[in-house]
Amino acid sequence: MRIKLEKRPAPSTFMLIATPIASVLLTMLIGMLVFDAIGIDGQRAVVDIFLTPILASYKWQDVAVKAAPLIIIALGLSIGNRAQIWNIGAEGQYVIGALCAAGVGIAAGPDAPAITLIPMILAGIIGGAAWAAIPALLKIRWDVNENLTTLMLTYVSFQVLGYLVGGPWKDTNGRNFPATAPLPEQLTLPILFQGSTVHLGVAIALILPFIFWLIMSKSVFGFQIRVVGSAPHAARHGGFDAKQTIWAALLIGGGMAGLAGALEFTGSLKAVNLGFPSGYGFTAIIVAFLGRLNPIGCLIAGIVLAITYVGGQVAQTTVHIPNSTAGIFQAMMLFFILASDILIRYRVRFIPTKPAIADKKEARV
Amino acid sequence: MTTLNRRSLMKAVGAAATLSLVGTTAHAADKVKIGFIFLGPIGDYGWTWAHNKGREAIDAALGDKVETIYVENVLEDASAIPVIRDLAQQGCKLIFTTSYGFMDQTLTVAAEFPDVKFEHCTGFKRADNVSTYNSKFHEGRAVLGTIAGKMSKSGTLGYLGSYKVPEVVLGVNAFALAAQKQNPAATVKLVLIDSWFDPPKEAAATETLINLGCDIVTTHTDSPGPLQILEQKGLYGFGQGADMSAFAPTAHLTAIEDIWGPYYVARAQALVDGTWTSADTWDGMKEGTVVIAPYNPAIPADVVALADEIKAGYVAGTYDIFTGPIFDQDGVEKVKAGEVMGLEQLATIDWFVKGVESAS
Repeated sequence: MRIKLEKRPAPSTFMLIATPIASVLLTMLIGMLVFDAIGIDGQRAVVDIFLTPILASYKWQDVAVKAAPLIIIALGLSIGNRAQIWNIGAEGQYVIGALCAAGVGIAAGPDAPAITLIPMILAGIIGGAAWAAIPALLKIRWDVNENLTTLMLTYVSFQVLGYLVGGPWKDTNGRNFPATAPLPEQLTLPILFQGSTVHLGVAIALILPFIFWLIMSKSVFGFQIRVVGSAPHAARHGGFDAKQTIWAALLIGGGMAGLAGALEFTGSLKAVNLGFPSGYGFTAIIVAFLGRLNPIGCLIAGIVLAITYVGGQVAQTTVHIPNSTAGIFQAMMLFFILASDILIRYRVRFIPTKPAIADKKEARV
Repeated sequence: MTTLNRRSLMKAVGAAATLSLVGTTAHAADKVKIGFIFLGPIGDYGWTWAHNKGREAIDAALGDKVETIYVENVLEDASAIPVIRDLAQQGCKLIFTTSYGFMDQTLTVAAEFPDVKFEHCTGFKRADNVSTYNSKFHEGRAVLGTIAGKMSKSGTLGYLGSYKVPEVVLGVNAFALAAQKQNPAATVKLVLIDSWFDPPKEAAATETLINLGCDIVTTHTDSPGPLQILEQKGLYGFGQGADMSAFAPTAHLTAIEDIWGPYYVARAQALVDGTWTSADTWDGMKEGTVVIAPYNPAIPADVVALADEIKAGYVAGTYDIFTGPIFDQDGVEKVKAGEVMGLEQLATIDWFVKGVESAS
């Protein structure tokens, strides 16, 4: 028997929705088998990583707080990815966004009024967008590959972070630990539910996907992004400007990452230290693809990935597997989702062949 | 093969329910749960490994009354908060957070769980339910400095540190002062790598120090990586946190071993007895918290005698490396002749002594 891939006349909507779900299930199954094979209770590990965060109500706030930056960054990235602009440096834009927000907060001083939060967050968005503007400019002027420049600028951002928190912005009461002073109470984001850690950023992460969905499906801009990505020649004939699309894709991606950084700083971490870059910008790439570059898909995928983060922590204490196990599960998900992409455009056909020929072929190998 | 069927799902729901209603079920109340937050992996064979030994000491001593759980590789940022909170939610009544960078996070969670006791290692902020404990590692550094000062041919010593926090500054200063007592011309090249555990970075920094002419390098980061480099180059070094001689039998002169067990057992016992109160403990060689590992046979007998003298002085309480006169890097006299630095001064120190040179 031979396996043949046949191009579908049109992309399969069923597969578009089924493959992300199948990827998650397959990740759980393979994870369970692998952990069993190495002598860890695989079933318990998978239950703790994927189900405990949903079932234990006191974990919901952790999931919400983790999901917020993932969703916001993924929304920005999915616009770029739709237009075939590959921004893999969201982590750096996220860090710069947080630093810009912190800079405004530090400049305003410890007695600044709560309204200062608004310029802080705007600074985050502008900072992230500005950081992404560098690769955009390089791509437009000299056709430099944005894959490389966005990623490389991430490492530059870590150096900027290290310089600022270890130097001019170091907390004077921190006994030399490289970190900014904790934000004064009034400059932290409001908490939505008393006694929880769920901050305003979570609400923003819930609302933004619908705004993005409206823009992408109803506006000319959304149409332009989609056309440029799927049919660049048609886009050119249609009068859509490729440069403009590059600017839009990277600035929106950077701006959203910067927003996520500013919200994470003001809502959750409240100080910037060397541990601030925790990988949200990279994980958001998985979120964008798992969510099929669709804003609502990103919302759901962000929650799924946040669950694996929180579950990874749970599994650490229950089955004693390292926290990085969650990373393995996340990577498996991305792998399956990318691998299954082919099913959307192609149909798998099993074609029986004559055994004699198959034997001959094998013998030759 | 295991599959996810309805029964296992029910088990998960049950487990989740147990977690959220800790203390209401019979078996959860049998043993008191004690939690540990670890900075690195237990397999660092240094800092975290030593803390885990302390945890195992609780299991050995009080295993019938308490149960210990732990989390490894917890980052020193706000992401530690949900991890610490998770231990409290799982029913831990006493939680040890074993690195400096967990300070504010520990206090945040402690405020949410007033009936849970917390113990934060090497910090300085306390509350009614938050104790701090530390160890006078610098006493051990004085012993290492004595050996290094005597054995170094170049007189240039290397110090691989993490951050310029008081614990590290004390270690550097104790090491330099002790070395200079043996060789007044000795200098200490210092590299800070902004991490407690990062084997590749530790190895690279060690190479840097060697290239600068250091023939003995001591580490204040947690992996045996630097020792392995020294072993390859035929140079000497010291273990940090635990005896690391297995990784570098020739290069490993001795090590500062952190012995947390007795303190952990005492605090766990106090919890069980209901006598736990918030305190600040700063033990050292005298109390057996800091121990010097067996000496490498390569150390000459006269150097061993000198090292033992310092050790005995600390155990007897008659010796202190931070006795003046002490000068800072610029030659300014910071401690007058005959004066001894107080605990508060030590706990907040942020200046290096003369002869310490930044190499980064």
